Amino acid sequence: MLRINNLVKTFDGERRRRRDSRASSAQEARVFAVNDVSFNVENGQLFTLLGPSGCGKTTTLRSIAGLERPDSGTIEVGDRVLFSTNEGKKSVNVPANERGLGMVFQSYAIWPHMSVFDNVAFPLQVKKRGDRLGRKEISERVMRVLETMELAHLADRQATKLSGGQQQRLALARALVIEPPLLLLDEPLSNLDAKLRESLRYELKRVQRELGITSVYVTHDQVEALALSNAIAVMRNGNIVQLGRPRDIYENPNCRFVAEFIGTSNFVSGNVVAKDGDRYTVNTIDGQLALDSAMSLPLGTDVIVSVRPEVLEVSTTSRAGEVPNEWKGTVLTRAYLGDSLDHVVGVGKHELRTRGNPSTSIEPGTEVYLRMDPAKLVLVPVD
Amino acid sequence: MTTASPAVSARRGATLGWLRRLGTPKVIIIVVVAGLIGYLALVPLYYLIWGTFFDADGFTLGGFARAYGDPRVGDMIGNSLWFAVGSAVLSLVVGTALAYLNVRTDVPFKGLFFAASIIPLIIPGILYTIAWIFLASPDIGLLNKAIEPILGPGFFDIFTVWGMVWVEGLHLSPIVFLLMVAAFRSMDPSLEESALMSGASRWQVFRRVTMPLTRPAIVAAVLVMVVRSLESFEVPALLGLQNGIYVFTSRIYFVLRSYPPDLAAAGALAVGLLVLALIGVTISNLVGRSGKTYQTVTGKGFRPRPMELGKWRPVMGGVIVLYFFLTVVGPLFVLLYTSLLKFYQAPSAEAFASMSLDNYRQLFDISDAMTALKNSLALGLGSATLVMILMAVGAWIVVRSRIPGRQLVDHFSFVPLVIPGLVLGLALSFVYLRSPVPIYGTIFILLIAYCTRYMPYGMRYAVTSMHQISAELEESAQVSGASWWQTFRRVLLPLLSPGLLAGWIYILVVSFRELSSSILLYSPGNEVLSILIFEQYENGQFTVLAALGVVMVLTLAVLVIIAYKLGAKVGLRQD
Repeated sequence: MLRINNLVKTFDGERRRRRDSRASSAQEARVFAVNDVSFNVENGQLFTLLGPSGCGKTTTLRSIAGLERPDSGTIEVGDRVLFSTNEGKKSVNVPANERGLGMVFQSYAIWPHMSVFDNVAFPLQVKKRGDRLGRKEISERVMRVLETMELAHLADRQATKLSGGQQQRLALARALVIEPPLLLLDEPLSNLDAKLRESLRYELKRVQRELGITSVYVTHDQVEALALSNAIAVMRNGNIVQLGRPRDIYENPNCRFVAEFIGTSNFVSGNVVAKDGDRYTVNTIDGQLALDSAMSLPLGTDVIVSVRPEVLEVSTTSRAGEVPNEWKGTVLTRAYLGDSLDHVVGVGKHELRTRGNPSTSIEPGTEVYLRMDPAKLVLVPVD
Repeated sequence: MTTASPAVSARRGATLGWLRRLGTPKVIIIVVVAGLIGYLALVPLYYLIWGTFFDADGFTLGGFARAYGDPRVGDMIGNSLWFAVGSAVLSLVVGTALAYLNVRTDVPFKGLFFAASIIPLIIPGILYTIAWIFLASPDIGLLNKAIEPILGPGFFDIFTVWGMVWVEGLHLSPIVFLLMVAAFRSMDPSLEESALMSGASRWQVFRRVTMPLTRPAIVAAVLVMVVRSLESFEVPALLGLQNGIYVFTSRIYFVLRSYPPDLAAAGALAVGLLVLALIGVTISNLVGRSGKTYQTVTGKGFRPRPMELGKWRPVMGGVIVLYFFLTVVGPLFVLLYTSLLKFYQAPSAEAFASMSLDNYRQLFDISDAMTALKNSLALGLGSATLVMILMAVGAWIVVRSRIPGRQLVDHFSFVPLVIPGLVLGLALSFVYLRSPVPIYGTIFILLIAYCTRYMPYGMRYAVTSMHQISAELEESAQVSGASWWQTFRRVLLPLLSPGLLAGWIYILVVSFRELSSSILLYSPGNEVLSILIFEQYENGQFTVLAALGVVMVLTLAVLVIIAYKLGAKVGLRQD
């Protein structure tokens, strides 16, 4: 559906942005906002670009929208080439207003001088004369979309008089009214408070799945990304570092950055000392760890083991010998979080965070045993 | 104290405490400042009304009858409105277009915008007008001479209402430019981008989103410009009087200059002008308030990609250069050119051969010129300093104190904004002609006039920077044991200083070139630069005048540069 190939976008270096740009400034370093990014989005899927601020996710989205002009690469939606700098062929750059895509902005960008109805009708009203619908059809189309978004009863209201959630639905209605092949969402939930954000996340997912509209979603919130997406691309410094289904990304991060960015994790560094099929043994300064991994790494490789807090089982009794991977340590602090309880356990040089059922609460200072399921430990290559 | 009974000493202590509380520096300073602000704002208005409606026999409308009974009064009101609205529209169209090009497109020569928006503010209105007379007068205008072979003599005629509109409109356009740049910058760019994503063309985006959203700013700008043009004195006086085209300000001047001067009639005209200005300011305030509903939540500050002008880019570049030439290079060049001549003439080999610095040498011999320069400098520095000191305290009263009625101080300080300079001059002459204190005829009456006129600007600068300082900074000084005065001097003033300095610079510059109040208040020996230039124009001393004008512009430029450097040092620099 959406195919992006080798997209590159650079910005002028900081110094050139000052007023007195000189001829020599052309040689100054350019900043890569997006550096050779490629991905495909299947029909009907919700694809998320996830990463910290400045990673290039928004620039990628704006390039798809036509609001930024990439330096090179191709962008295709369906069979239509929206942007291309392929050598040999003629370069293509369809202007933003002729791409026919839907977009929801972070600020929602709802026009404050128009009513709810007018906001949604606008995209239909500005169509080229030949394609423009009659006044009655426009009105019907708008009301139908407002109906879907449960905003029909507010049609005559001034757009600024809506609540945060209603504004989001209005922005979505406006983006969808032209029935675009692709919907672009730029952090649409980041302006809302936590409670509302959660309920609107499911609302968004419902609408997207019901309409089956292909979507590209940009966010820095990993929870949002995991909850909404069919596929996630984690970006860093203008590159996609990992692309996959939400579960893959969470459970098998391919580098420390992804493991750190998605959820919380403990990292233990070590060295591969033995390998039997998929079962690796890793030596660390505080003891050995057995774990399963499909990666093929030679003996002696330096690795990092990512241990999710919920993988660590805390117990005051030892089962050494019965199960692999038992480490002895001391509880340093604990924190009660309502639906869970965290312990920080000191093991030798490491401090490991655990997360478990609140019914297990252990005094700081107590000696405890930490057990780790080898199937749930993740081997991460050193960057 | 030791011998008094406890009850008596307690009572006496209470009285003393009460007295002491009233006598603290804090109370004295506040009372003095609030009183001065009220005095400056209200007394001239009171005397203006009194002088207009009362004569020796009591209440009378005679002044009104004489002023508005003139058969040409309809023409005068019509000309005033034509001139004011015309100039406002011209400045608005030019200023808005330039602002849009600058903020939202990849137009070339963006550096020129800065110069074109600052330099006309430095050139005093009187010089700007005279420069345009040199350029486009039907008899002596350089532009007319240049095109005479093609279009015949006197093609441009600056001495018409259209000529007045042209000069005033161009002179005001940088102000509109600065206002509209701020408006375009403060708009969330995603509002335009979302329209683009909806399939709207650039023109549709501009017409249906950008314009409606900036409408409050546009309406406010147009009203401010209408009021300013109504109040403008130099343009109608120099351009209009020649052909008997009167507007309110030039009519007031004319009435006062006739013999015997009819103060009541002038007052009646002034009241009429005041009412018009008041209407304009009131509407613009109302519009400004309703405009707040358009402020929207903005997302991350993603600067939009500037619109690519494509093949229009060179055309627009040409427009910018043309504008720069019209507003900056042309007027400055013609002044410089004239200042080097023996007598005013069109450029020719002869003219260039006769060039010399004689006019500048002559300036040193005219004792008036040196006195005027000294007076202008002293008045500029004096009024800027006085106003900013007063307004620093005034702003504290308005923003921080809990004194009941503190808003009155705010309102009073803004009253002069509505009073046209010429009307203020008239009102002040009403006051001090009757005053037993010998202020009329001295330089102090000019100082009072300038302080009154620029009080609103000083207040705006001071209040804005006072709002930026957290009240906690002041409270923590109090908790540390500092008295009110210590807090004010050691915590507030240093923090306010960038804002106060900015205001000080502004008032210094505008006082330095003030004409419309001074023209009714100066007396021989107390001329300021702009008055001297006005007199020399009336005497036809064009070349000396041009030399004086060049000196004046250079002095202003030096003042602004020093102030700017000074400002950069204390972190004032605003990009």
